[in-house]
Amino acid sequence: MSVIYFLISISVVVAGIFLYLFIKSVKSGQFDDAYTPSVRMLFDDEVNVKQKKTNSEQTENKQKENQI
Amino acid sequence: MDKKTCYHCGNEVTTFNRIEFDSREFCCNGCKTVYEIFSENDLGCYYDMEATPGATPEEANGKYDFLEKSDIINKLLEFNEGTTSIVSLYIPHIHCSSCIWILENLHRLNEGVIRVLVNFPEKKATITYNDSKVTLKELVLLLTQIGYEPYISLKNYEEKPQSIDRSLIYKIGIAFFSFGNVMMLSFPEYFNIDDIWMREYKDFFRWLILLISLPVFFYSASPYHLAAWKGIKTKNYTIDIPMSLGIIVMFIRSTIDIIFDLGPGFFDSMTMLVFFMLLGKLFQQRTYNFLSFERDYKSYFPIAITKIGEDGVEEPIQVYEVVKRDRLLIRNQELVPVDSILISNSAFIDYSFVTGEAVPVEKKSGDKVFAGGKQVGDVIEVEAVNTVSQSYLTQLWSNDVFQKKVDMKYKTITDTISHYFTPVLLTVSVLAFLGWAFVDLNAAFNVFTAILIVACPCALALTAPFTLGNAIRIYGRNKFYLKNVTVVEQMAKVNTVVFDKTGTITTNANSTISYEGDELTKEQQNDIRNIIRASNHPLSRKLYNFLSTKVVVKPQFFEEIAGQGLVGVINDVKYLIGSPKLLGIDTEKMINETSVHIQINGIYKGKFIFANHYREGLKELFDNLTYSGYKLVILSGDNDGEKEALQELLPESTTLVFNQKPEEKLSYVNYLQEQGGNVMMVGDGLNDAGALAQSNVGVSVSENVNVFTPASDAILDARMFEYLKSFLKYSKKSVKTIKLSYILALSYNVIGISVSIMNKMSPLVAAILMPISTISIISFVTIMSNYYAKKIIKKD
Repeated sequence: MSVIYFLISISVVVAGIFLYLFIKSVKSGQFDDAYTPSVRMLFDDEVNVKQKKTNSEQTENKQKENQI
Repeated sequence: MDKKTCYHCGNEVTTFNRIEFDSREFCCNGCKTVYEIFSENDLGCYYDMEATPGATPEEANGKYDFLEKSDIINKLLEFNEGTTSIVSLYIPHIHCSSCIWILENLHRLNEGVIRVLVNFPEKKATITYNDSKVTLKELVLLLTQIGYEPYISLKNYEEKPQSIDRSLIYKIGIAFFSFGNVMMLSFPEYFNIDDIWMREYKDFFRWLILLISLPVFFYSASPYHLAAWKGIKTKNYTIDIPMSLGIIVMFIRSTIDIIFDLGPGFFDSMTMLVFFMLLGKLFQQRTYNFLSFERDYKSYFPIAITKIGEDGVEEPIQVYEVVKRDRLLIRNQELVPVDSILISNSAFIDYSFVTGEAVPVEKKSGDKVFAGGKQVGDVIEVEAVNTVSQSYLTQLWSNDVFQKKVDMKYKTITDTISHYFTPVLLTVSVLAFLGWAFVDLNAAFNVFTAILIVACPCALALTAPFTLGNAIRIYGRNKFYLKNVTVVEQMAKVNTVVFDKTGTITTNANSTISYEGDELTKEQQNDIRNIIRASNHPLSRKLYNFLSTKVVVKPQFFEEIAGQGLVGVINDVKYLIGSPKLLGIDTEKMINETSVHIQINGIYKGKFIFANHYREGLKELFDNLTYSGYKLVILSGDNDGEKEALQELLPESTTLVFNQKPEEKLSYVNYLQEQGGNVMMVGDGLNDAGALAQSNVGVSVSENVNVFTPASDAILDARMFEYLKSFLKYSKKSVKTIKLSYILALSYNVIGISVSIMNKMSPLVAAILMPISTISIISFVTIMSNYYAKKIIKKD
């Protein structure tokens, strides 16, 4: 029966951990600029695509070499 | 003829300025150079993300020499350790994703740059760089070169970034945490099952709820208690008093209920209420990070100026270090920072920003030049006669108006309501207590507290923040940026609108020259430019800047006929440049259009049109405003040269006042207010700053909202000027929406109070009634304000 004390305490503690993390991230300024990261994220993709291309070309070349 | 635009900056490409490069068209050499830099460094992506993202780079020769001085650099740097330095620069041009991309890839243009982090909403770039490889000056010049000129003013020098107040977010976070958990823990009680299980765990649930609610009462709700206490002390019955009272009563009664095992208490309602109220607070706290409403002269003045030492050495010095008798060098487009005397032969000073005069003033050697004037033309030398803080312009800021806290000036609509609400509420609850006291003292306490809990004007207090917060957002989308929500209410009360002339109802005419007629060859353009070179007529100066050819030839013959135009001969070709009268042709005189006609060797070629001097839609705006019953005034610092044209253009009832000095503008607005006017001042320059501060609503119109706006309550993008009427109308509708929803909110209160008077109030009823009222009110005002916005403000 007393498991309910245990479960509810855990649930409150877990919620408390999330609250702590939220406050901590606000304090660090993570939410001050909500726009730029959303754009920046897309740039990273773009650069990666280029690198991947060169990577995949290289692997293709390697594969060709292997085939030969 | 379809219009072509510059590949880099999107400006119109005409036959006068076209430059072809890499099979793309550019409007000037600057744009082409930027394109070259980018394509050489494999940054062509810049143009893929957004079409025409760039800006024409400005020339910066010598402008940033002051960045060589280490004490100035140290003031600007945020961090400096070893060779690593961090600087935060405000770059007004940041406006699209291409901008973020190019700036964050700055390290590919200069290896000294380690990392750039752009904050888009604030238009700031934080640059980490290696100062052994690149200096701050080189960095700023690089940015300028690619069209991202940072804006460095005296304000940067003085102010250090303030720490941001994030406590509201913490409070909301804690309130949300408590609200969620308390709701969950209250759930078993809602079903009111009286069995063994419930009896066993009831106390555990209740004490846990009490514990979790403590931070909400003592921390999250603290702003309301403080505001209420302040209100009581100043006998100002704000809405915070009944709210704080409701929260306190709820807390005390619930605590007693739990301690003495009388019932589950109202903690669920209390936490929810505080959470919603704080959310409303957040919602009305719409800030435009990239705009500043508190600018004074410091934001315009440069940090440093070039001083000419005794032996003729040029040396940048900080403007506060300028003392009397210092010789200063002022370059083209630079601001004169102190009152001074001109030493060079002659100079043109553009005072449009200080006094409102439209045309640059010619000054001769020995004339006094006032601080704040912008130098146009070649480099000049001046001698300071004052220090910066004693100059004519800067003294305007010692006026009392600038010391007042604007927010405290007005009573909001919510406060007016609560002025009646609070006493009525207290009376009702005391009467109910007395009534029940004859029946049952215990019930009397229950009723008394229940009334105060239920009447806690949650919905009432949320109405205004949500309506006005929404209104501010809608205005912002239409490029009309308000300082805070009280401005909307003030706008609804406006009955007099005062306009400045130069820069407000007129445009800054430099950019609006077009040509109509037979095409001119490069040689002909060149010749025309060389002829008008010698003329100091304002139109000639504008046309001279417009034509972009660079070859300098001295005309064989040149004559300026006053009031008509120029006659010049170059390479045996005779040019007539000027009014139709000079050319001997008959054209209908057009109001509101200035043109310069060209005739070459007796053949009429065409005309340069200095497009619409007054803003588009000006006549309609004035007609509409007059029709709606607003009193209109034009308050100009300029001379009355345009009086007739304005009288013809504008409704008869418009009052025209000319030759107003900045202080006179201020006192004129004050005079109107004493006559019972609620004045909206629409201005643009520093000369309006006093009037803007004095008026009930000060609106500064700006062609580039990121840079030049004096302190004001609102900033209006010049392109939306003609919508001013709609904005005013919308503010009235917003206030109407608030009034309507008050009726709704009050009816909820009446229901709640009647239930409590009958002693039927239970925590469950409270927990249902409160969210219903809150949510219905919020959705009502949101729908209404969006509906009005759609109806009134039509987007083009």
